[in-house]
Amino acid sequence: MATQDTFEGKNTSSLSDESAFQKGSARVTYRRFKNKSAHALFLGATLIGVVILAILLYDIFQRGLPYLNSDFIQNFASRRPSQAGIQAALWGSIWVIAVTAPLTFVIGVASAIYLEEYSQKGFLYRFIQLSIGNLAGVPSIVFGMLGLTIFVRQLALGRSVLAGALTMTLLILPIVIVSAREAIASVPNALRHASLAMGATRWQTIRQVVLPYSLPGILTGTILALSRAIGETAPLIMVGAVTYVAFNPTSLMDEFTVLPIQIYNWMGQPKEEFQYLAAAGIIVLLAILLSMNAIAIYLRNKFQR
Amino acid sequence: MSQSNRFKRKKTFRNTLEGMIPKILLACAFLSIITTFAIIFTLLSETVSFFQEVPFLSFITGTEWTALFSEAQQQFGILPLVAGTLLITVGAAIVAIPVGLASAIYLSEFAPERVRKVLKPVLEVLAGIPTIVYGYFAITVITPMLRFFMPELNFFNALSASIAVGIMIIPMIASLSEDAMRAVPDHIREAAYGLGSTRLEVALKIVLPAALSGVIASFVLALSRAIGETMIVTIAAGATPNLTANPTETVQTMTAFMVQAASGDISFQSIVYKSIYAVGMTLFVFTLVMNLMAQWIARRFREEY
Repeated sequence: MATQDTFEGKNTSSLSDESAFQKGSARVTYRRFKNKSAHALFLGATLIGVVILAILLYDIFQRGLPYLNSDFIQNFASRRPSQAGIQAALWGSIWVIAVTAPLTFVIGVASAIYLEEYSQKGFLYRFIQLSIGNLAGVPSIVFGMLGLTIFVRQLALGRSVLAGALTMTLLILPIVIVSAREAIASVPNALRHASLAMGATRWQTIRQVVLPYSLPGILTGTILALSRAIGETAPLIMVGAVTYVAFNPTSLMDEFTVLPIQIYNWMGQPKEEFQYLAAAGIIVLLAILLSMNAIAIYLRNKFQR
Repeated sequence: MSQSNRFKRKKTFRNTLEGMIPKILLACAFLSIITTFAIIFTLLSETVSFFQEVPFLSFITGTEWTALFSEAQQQFGILPLVAGTLLITVGAAIVAIPVGLASAIYLSEFAPERVRKVLKPVLEVLAGIPTIVYGYFAITVITPMLRFFMPELNFFNALSASIAVGIMIIPMIASLSEDAMRAVPDHIREAAYGLGSTRLEVALKIVLPAALSGVIASFVLALSRAIGETMIVTIAAGATPNLTANPTETVQTMTAFMVQAASGDISFQSIVYKSIYAVGMTLFVFTLVMNLMAQWIARRFREEY
């Protein structure tokens, strides 16, 4: 019992060797027990998220699924629940995203390229970075006020698809810029140097080496940002996406509504059937968002280097 | 070509392009700065004209908010809206901070890689669910559940809304805190394990203190998000400005008032319209201060290894 011998040498307390050893091992047992219960507790806390997601999905599907049929997709809003559908809202969302997507992609990627590839790390750089950081934390409803003041009133675009889409563009731009910057920064410098050494200009290097390499990352970030835009309600309420629209937009200047606003509108109706319609609308909205997330995750995994 | 300008750059299309590109990109990056100033400017200009009609002091100290009443009864004291907002935020913090932090510790320190690969995407999905869906969840699941235990509870109450907001920010706290904890270098953990520490001891006594600045910053960011959250509180908390600290009562937050006022038909000259900007400005200041604070904490108290 070599360990006991060393105990004897060092232990100056009045306790005998045996009880000191037992006390030590009791403490170890206690610490192990604490560790195990904490492990279970932390796992439990993490599972809360899973459980909530399951309850949420179950609740919505159980309410909305019976109302989800081809009529629901094809009908326009109606005061009679049995005839109400989401066609106008669905097309409104598609119109808004169709304008927002190219705008945010081009402006976002251009900003990211400037910050990563061209900018000197001086005052302007820090100022742009600070602005982007703060814009990312501004509540979405404040972007709605901006859109209402600048696009709807000053530029006199009215409560149109264009005003809504421009507001959305400003809202998700910081997210796109941040993720595009990350993607561009992850391109190994060796590739840039090789291209420049072959005589390519800076822009040629960016266009033919940096962008192709970082494109999957940029696309992933853009898709995730767009899925946030599809789910946003508050800014478009401020811009005035009207809730009762019984036609699809045919031009950028038309009035419009979007899926979340239609859902919100149904939730405020006293008749109970409208609550089920809202659930059916949520299923459509979630289906769109989850498939976009799936595409983003697929892109990320397929091209991960 | 004369000998003297033999090395001068030729004015080809390519060279002109090379010179133009950074300027175009800069213009795009500059849009973020413009947006920041546009937000401040639009909020300020209407707020200033609001304060020409309502004294600043009665705005920030008044305990009655009756903006949507008839003109004779209008009172613009923002305290009830601020109280409503803070009540929701504190409630959300009580729900989200313990659960979010525990999830972060589990994912960063305890979870086997296989479990992590399943749980992370679930949290990402939870983070991607639109707030309108959480609002629906609040009134169809959380409120009825609370009323099962407290039959006296108002249908619209701060408690249900703050639980839903708390659920919404759990993924944000979990993933930001987890990032901070995973950034702690492994050799510090290994030193503690080498001395015989359990996982719990390493997590709480080594990793958490080392990552504390990032963890606290994630709390502040998440709470700033809770302050600016709009749809959940509009749907579940009610529309009655109420100076109270009692979570079972109906309250109105700053954001919920903005939605309520903007949904109605109001003229662009009216004092109600201007009051939306004054409330928006207050909201903007709250979230800006919190975001700057988060950045400051993350920088100032960072432990460098």
